[in-house]
Amino acid sequence: MPLRPEDVQRIAHLARLAITEEEAERTLGQLNDIFGMIERMRAVDTEGVLPMSHPLGGAQRLRADAVTEIPDRERNLANAPAQQDGLFLVPRVLE
Amino acid sequence: MSDALHQMPLAALAKQLAARELSAVELAQHFLGRIERHRGLNAFLDIRPEVTLAQAREADARRSRGESGPLLGIPVAHKDIFVTRDFASTAASRMLEGYMSPFDATVVERLAKAGMVTLGKVNCDEFAMGSSNENSAYGPVLNPWDTSAVPGGSSGGSSAAVAARIAPVATATDTGGSIREPAAFCGITGTKPTYGRPSRWGMIAFASSLDTAGLMTVSAEDAAWVLSAMCGFDPNDSTSVDRPEEDFTRDLARPVAGLRIGVPKEFFAAGLQPDVERAVRGALETYRSMGATLVDISLPNAELGIPVYYVVAPAECSSNLSRFDGVRYGHRAKEHGDLADMIKRSRAEGFGAEPKRRILIGTYVLSHGYYDAYYIKAQQVRRLIADEFQRAFAQCDVIAGPVTTSVAFGFGEKADDPVSMYMADLYTIPGSLAGVPSMSIPCGFGDGANASRPVGLQLMSNYFDEARLLGVAHQYQLATDWHRRVPAACAD
Repeated sequence: MPLRPEDVQRIAHLARLAITEEEAERTLGQLNDIFGMIERMRAVDTEGVLPMSHPLGGAQRLRADAVTEIPDRERNLANAPAQQDGLFLVPRVLE
Repeated sequence: MSDALHQMPLAALAKQLAARELSAVELAQHFLGRIERHRGLNAFLDIRPEVTLAQAREADARRSRGESGPLLGIPVAHKDIFVTRDFASTAASRMLEGYMSPFDATVVERLAKAGMVTLGKVNCDEFAMGSSNENSAYGPVLNPWDTSAVPGGSSGGSSAAVAARIAPVATATDTGGSIREPAAFCGITGTKPTYGRPSRWGMIAFASSLDTAGLMTVSAEDAAWVLSAMCGFDPNDSTSVDRPEEDFTRDLARPVAGLRIGVPKEFFAAGLQPDVERAVRGALETYRSMGATLVDISLPNAELGIPVYYVVAPAECSSNLSRFDGVRYGHRAKEHGDLADMIKRSRAEGFGAEPKRRILIGTYVLSHGYYDAYYIKAQQVRRLIADEFQRAFAQCDVIAGPVTTSVAFGFGEKADDPVSMYMADLYTIPGSLAGVPSMSIPCGFGDGANASRPVGLQLMSNYFDEARLLGVAHQYQLATDWHRRVPAACAD
C-alpha cells in the first residue's frame, strides 16, 4: 500500500525532522519508489530462517564495570552550540 | 627525483626513508604541494599543513631515535568519517561543520602509531550515504580521469586523491560498496576487510552492522602493508573481532596456479554494460592464463541485496543519526520554539536530502506494525544471502566479477532518482551484507566515449582470508599495469 502525504508527516514527526508540505510531497514519490523496490524482498520464503543482525553472529562482549576513560570536559563542551558554566544549554522546558 | 615520489610504491618510499635519502618532512611537503595544485578536484575538506609537518617532523625524530617500520613517515589522507583531534570531522555534513573531536578514531590512532603522517581529511558523501559524492554538503569531488564523471561514493575523496596521486594512501569506509565502487570509478585499488577486523571506534556511524573501515591505495601490495597496521582487536568496539594481528603481506608472492575462482552468473546478467563485461572477462582470462581455474557459481538471492540493504541500512541509520539533536554538538537552528521544535528544526537544517530520506525509511521500517514485515524480513533474507556465500566458498577460493554495471556516470545523471542511484551498488552490496572481505582492482577502461573511465574487477574471499585475497590481487598486478596508469593531468 503506497504511503500517503500524511504518512510522511507522521514518520517525519517520529524521526524529529521538520518537513514542509512541499518537501513531504516530493519525498512521498521517492519513498514510494523505494518501497516499491523493497517489495520484491517480501515475497521470499523465510520460514524458520534466523534473522541475521550482524555478520559474525555471537553475543555482544561484556566488559568489566570499570572507569576506562576520563572525559575531556573542555573539549567536549567546545563543540556545544550553546553552553554556560560547564553545562549544555537548551530552551527552557519548565515555566 | 622528487618529481617521481608520488608514482612510487610504498615499499620504495619506505626504503628511501629508511636509507635517509628522503625525510618524512620532504615527502609530506611533496604531497601537500600536489594537494594545493589539484585543489580543483575538491578532494580535501580540511588541510592544516602545520599539523601535517609537525607529524612529519615527529616521524623523522622517531627514526632518529632508532625506530623503523614500513609506514614510518608515509603520508595518509583520512576520509572525513573518521574523527580526528587535529583536523575538523564533518562527515561532509552541515550538521557537523567545524566539529573538533575530543579523540582520534582507533584506525587513525593505529596508523599514527605506525608512523603515518596525516595529510588532511577527504571529502565523501554526507554521512557516507551515496554512490557519486554528489551528496557532500561541501560540493562533489571530481573524477581525475574525466572531470565530467563522478568519482563514485561514498569514499569519492579517498579514491580521487589516490587516483590523482595527491595522497599515496587514503582511509575509506564501506557500508554497501563505498570503497569498491569509487575505487573502480577512479581506477585504483580499494580494499574492504572482513567486517569486525578494523575498529569502528571513532568512525561516524551510519549502519553499524555493515560499516567497515578499509583503504584506497595504488596497489594491493600497498594495501597489504597498511592494512596490517590498521586492523586489530579494539575493546572500544563491541563488534571488534578478538583475533591475533596478522601480516597481510604474507601471501603476496603466492602464485595463483591452482586457484579456484568462482564466477557468479548473477553478476553477468542483464544490466551489465558490454565494456565492463569485456574488461572483467579479460581479467578472468588473465588469471586463467596464469594457471587459475574458473568455476561457475551461483548466488541466487544476491539480486535481493539492494532491497535488503535499503531496509537494514536506513533502519540502523535512523537509530545512529538520532544522536544529532543540536544539544551537545552539531548544528542548532537559530530560529526555534521549544526544545522539541529546536531539535526538529536543527535536524531539518543540518541534514541533507539523502540522510533525511534514509532516516524516514528507517523510522518507517522500525515503526510499530512494520518492524516484522520489513526489518526482521530483511534480516532473514540477509542470512540467506550470507549462507549462499558459504556454499559458494565450498566450491572456490575467491569470487570474481564486476564491481559496477557501468563505468563512472556523469554528474546529475542519477541525482534525482534515488532508486537508479541505489542500483550502482548491485554487485557490492551482497558482500557487504555477508561481511566478507572484498576488493576492487583496476582491469581496463570503458569503450567509445568512456575510453578514459576505468573499470574495476571485484574480488571477494571468505571471512578472514584477506592475506590470500590481497595475494590474488597482487599477482594480477604483477602481470598487468592498469593500476600504474595515472590520469594525464596528474602525472607530473
